[in-house]
Amino acid sequence: MSETYVVGIDGSEGSVRAVQFAVDHASKTKAVVKVIHVLEWSPYTFLTNEELAERHKRRREELERAKTAIVDLVVKKINEQDVSIEGEVRYGHVAEQLQQYCEETGAGHMYIGRHGGGAISTRIFGSVPGALVQISNVPVTVVP
Amino acid sequence: MKIWKMTIVWLISICTPGVVFAQDADRSIDQIISEAVAPVIYPFVGAVFSPMPGSEAIFGTSFPWIVGWLVVAATIFTIYFGFIQFRGFKHSIELVRGDYLDPNDAGEVTPFQALCTALSGTVGLGNIAGVGVAVAIGGPGATFWMILAGLLGMAAKFTECTLGVHYRNEYEDGSVSGGPMYYLSKGLSERGMAGFGKFLAVFFAICCIGGAFGGGNMFQANQSAQQISTIFPFFADKGWLFGLIMAVLLGVVIIGGIKSIARVTEKVVPFMAAIYVGSAIVIILLNIGSVGDAFSAIISGAFAPTAVAGGAVGALIQGFKRAAFSNEAGIGSASIAHSAVQTKHPATEGYVALLEPFIDTVIICTMTSLVITITGSWIPQGQEGHLAGIALTSKAFSSTWGGFVYVLALAAVLFAFSTMLSWSYYGLKAWTYLFGEGATKELVFKVLFCVFVILGASMSLGPVIDFSDAMIFTMAIFNIIGLYILMPKVKELLRDYQTRLASGEFKNVRKEAKASA
Repeated sequence: MSETYVVGIDGSEGSVRAVQFAVDHASKTKAVVKVIHVLEWSPYTFLTNEELAERHKRRREELERAKTAIVDLVVKKINEQDVSIEGEVRYGHVAEQLQQYCEETGAGHMYIGRHGGGAISTRIFGSVPGALVQISNVPVTVVP
Repeated sequence: MKIWKMTIVWLISICTPGVVFAQDADRSIDQIISEAVAPVIYPFVGAVFSPMPGSEAIFGTSFPWIVGWLVVAATIFTIYFGFIQFRGFKHSIELVRGDYLDPNDAGEVTPFQALCTALSGTVGLGNIAGVGVAVAIGGPGATFWMILAGLLGMAAKFTECTLGVHYRNEYEDGSVSGGPMYYLSKGLSERGMAGFGKFLAVFFAICCIGGAFGGGNMFQANQSAQQISTIFPFFADKGWLFGLIMAVLLGVVIIGGIKSIARVTEKVVPFMAAIYVGSAIVIILLNIGSVGDAFSAIISGAFAPTAVAGGAVGALIQGFKRAAFSNEAGIGSASIAHSAVQTKHPATEGYVALLEPFIDTVIICTMTSLVITITGSWIPQGQEGHLAGIALTSKAFSSTWGGFVYVLALAAVLFAFSTMLSWSYYGLKAWTYLFGEGATKELVFKVLFCVFVILGASMSLGPVIDFSDAMIFTMAIFNIIGLYILMPKVKELLRDYQTRLASGEFKNVRKEAKASA
């Protein structure tokens, strides 16, 4: 069975570089690349009554938008490069979902792009790579 | 169309006298509004709170039939569902905590979110000022009956929120509409009573609009205005000005569509509720020596009170009235918010919703009441220094530390605003149920809703609370008739869910995660 690489994407230039980096590796090792876009979501946020009533509809729209505007673009581009690739969209905490997706797919390596957030905002809000390094069970490559 | 016209005529009859009298320069605007509105309110209030025939002879005091209606309903639901509020309490916590969340449903409305939104509608001035009214008139003993009403009300809330989810409308675009209007019409139609169901649904919707204008708006505006005027005496005889400010802010959100204000309020309110309960606990701890006396005053006051009009029954009436007003169990409003949750089994939402009266009444209202009793702030009616409503709560809080007045004022304004936002939505749902959806129709409701904020803030507490009570409790008449007819359906849904739960059909994600760790 071929190896699997997971790439976390968010539509940024950094994540495009991460995908390309992973694909370059995969083309040599004949690995499968699986890209995942996580929509940041918590089950404990507060919603207004209007937001409650429209949540199901909004979710459908958000999933559709993420799939067409982010995941499908990447999958289409990589398909042209003769590397096997699949895409996925999920809701949740970004780092936790990436880690969980790696476990589910039996991935042996994870790639993410560097965001380049400021030192202060990273200190306050943390960063996805920072969190992943703490919780990931597989090697993580942060692509600058 | 006839209903539409009748409603407009009724609303104009309420609003116009204030304009006519506005030229009278000798009286304040607040007085003029109070005097103009009171004659319209009282005939209706008198009918809703008319005493049960023969109650004087049985209880020794007049017992409003509507209170009996609420007490009996909550008791019947409690027995019929086998004390679900106690047996299902642990499972409710598990559901809210997300133990049974299906990972495939991530991104949907969670039970926690539905509970918080519904709570922001119920945790309002009813918890601060309403309790102040209950203890002022019913004495400390009213607390006991209030807690009991809260506990019994959990079963009523379970019933109506289960039905709310089961009979909700799910539209093609994925949005949902639910609440008593839908379960009354659809549920009764299933039982071959389509006409009667429609009748109940229409009258519920009319009362829901009234309840939104009353308890969900005027009462909130009135009592927050009163508390603000204790800090800023400038507002003392200018309630209308405070109302105008609140109305503009509310209009910016509900008419202008500036959702950010609503989001901020929704986020701040739970923390404010925690600060409010925390402050109450601090006061109770500072007066720890009086806790024993306070509890004995509550117990003795519940069964053999002195200095309370109507004795124990008087205390009971006040306790039950204010508890129902605060937690809205049996009123039907919360099922509008709960019906949006993502669940394949309506009973789960019933379980979640039964926590509401517990948090609202058994915890928050009791805290207010304990502070009033422990600090000895209650003075019987007719004696010098007697206070009622938020004035009594404020006196109790500030007797330990003057700074609590500011905490209370902030809590009052925030609770009032979030409750108004929720009720503007409940009212609007009822309005569109009656008149259909449409930008102009919705705008008419929203503008009227803002006008009522000004009316509520201007008037004295008496007519405001009477009108609010009458409207809210009339909702319960139509809602509870439907609940009685539909409770076998709820039992069927509950049994189905319990069987599946026992068979291990639903994964407890938390337990599994613990086991694998």
